[in-house]
Amino acid sequence: MSKILLEIQGLRKQYGTVEVLKGVDCTMQEGEVISIIGSSGSGKTTMLRCINMLEEFQGGRILLEGEDIGYEQSGTVRKRKSEKDIARQRALTGMAFQQFNLFPHMTAAENVMLGLVKVKKLSRDEARAIAEKWLDRVGLASRADHYPGQLSGGQQQRVAIARAIAMNPRLMLFDEVTSALDPELVGEVLQVIKGLAADGMSMLLVTHEMRFAYEVSSRVIFMNQGVICEEGDPKEMFLRPKTERLVEFLKTSSFN
Amino acid sequence: MGYTLNFAAVWRSFDQLLEGLLLSLGLAFVSILIGAVIGLLVAFALIAKSGWIQRPAATYVTIIRNLPILVLVLFAYFALPQMGVRLGKIESFVAVLSIYSGAYLAEVFRAGLISIPKGLTEAGLAIGLTPMQIRVSIIVPLMLRNVLPSLSSTVISLFKDTSLAAAIAVPELTFEARKINVETFRVIETWIVASGLYVATCSVLAALMRMVERRLAVPR
Repeated sequence: MSKILLEIQGLRKQYGTVEVLKGVDCTMQEGEVISIIGSSGSGKTTMLRCINMLEEFQGGRILLEGEDIGYEQSGTVRKRKSEKDIARQRALTGMAFQQFNLFPHMTAAENVMLGLVKVKKLSRDEARAIAEKWLDRVGLASRADHYPGQLSGGQQQRVAIARAIAMNPRLMLFDEVTSALDPELVGEVLQVIKGLAADGMSMLLVTHEMRFAYEVSSRVIFMNQGVICEEGDPKEMFLRPKTERLVEFLKTSSFN
Repeated sequence: MGYTLNFAAVWRSFDQLLEGLLLSLGLAFVSILIGAVIGLLVAFALIAKSGWIQRPAATYVTIIRNLPILVLVLFAYFALPQMGVRLGKIESFVAVLSIYSGAYLAEVFRAGLISIPKGLTEAGLAIGLTPMQIRVSIIVPLMLRNVLPSLSSTVISLFKDTSLAAAIAVPELTFEARKINVETFRVIETWIVASGLYVATCSVLAALMRMVERRLAVPR
């Protein structure tokens, strides 16, 4: 019996007068791997960023293991949680970014260790051991003491994934993690993500790699103009799309 | 012109010049240190979203940068006592140079802060760091590396500004040189040696800063 990890209820988000999320509802079971696809501007990255409060949202709720993310509701008053509470909640999810965002003045190992030392309050030795374990997992044990500037894009992204996963998050968020990579480096990063999926890690991936979404996901969500337009089993979705929008989208995407 | 160079008198008083130089360096060191703390806080205030924080910081920087430092020095030493604030010569000058360097360093630091990609802050937030932890571990160390080249010229120019302390008789290098000038009448020699000391010290400072820059450079 799997249990509910993430619940998104009526999520609304606007920038000024432009509404980019118009009421998104989604439930995710523990261990699920969900790919979010859709054209740019459909709100998929914004939705992902709301889950760890990198974006504020104006309506709806996000519940991680039953706990409200970012805001608390008392009566009709909705209040942003304290910076400290939000930091604690963010540590429950891990995130990998399109641009890697490694800290350039720290070695690969130090990048992974930072959160372990500052957030989890581990000793440097314990943190180093965990960092080495995860760098080994992503195939970069020999690069532990290299700086980001000395690594290829694919290697940097693998360090960034190790940095997120080392925090032992309940949920991993991947935001177009292969979009900034040279084509020949995409495979090594996808391989790492596949490995995590095989371990049973719960993951939400915003991706443009349709073939990968097809292979690795337990479910696919297609977003269009700020709402979920269609969702379901990847085989069904890609081979027998129901909505006109998805048919159009798949025609223009790399999946064939 | 019937002037023959004779450095003997200046060499006899060389110890005095060195003591003056030491005090110049001390004044610069303490003031820049205090100024760096002010500058860092003000730089963060300058990039703050809230106008209530940003505006006072911008006003401070604008006023100080539009005042000649000599006017500040004289104001602090002669006018402040009339307003009930009585400071010694050295304290008064250190206070002025600190406030002065604070404004200049704030501008240098601000430029460094806005050049740091926002993604790094987001990466820090995503692993659960608080905004303060991100400033301490990521933003400030990177900002300092970014600004080291321009920091070097600011530090040297602030060191040279210590010569203005002579105006209120703080016995630093320029003041000592003027004293020797008056006592020995070796006008040219005195100012040649004093200038030499300034140039040599600034060169050493520049070399030191370059060394720090190289050591801290982000490897690539």
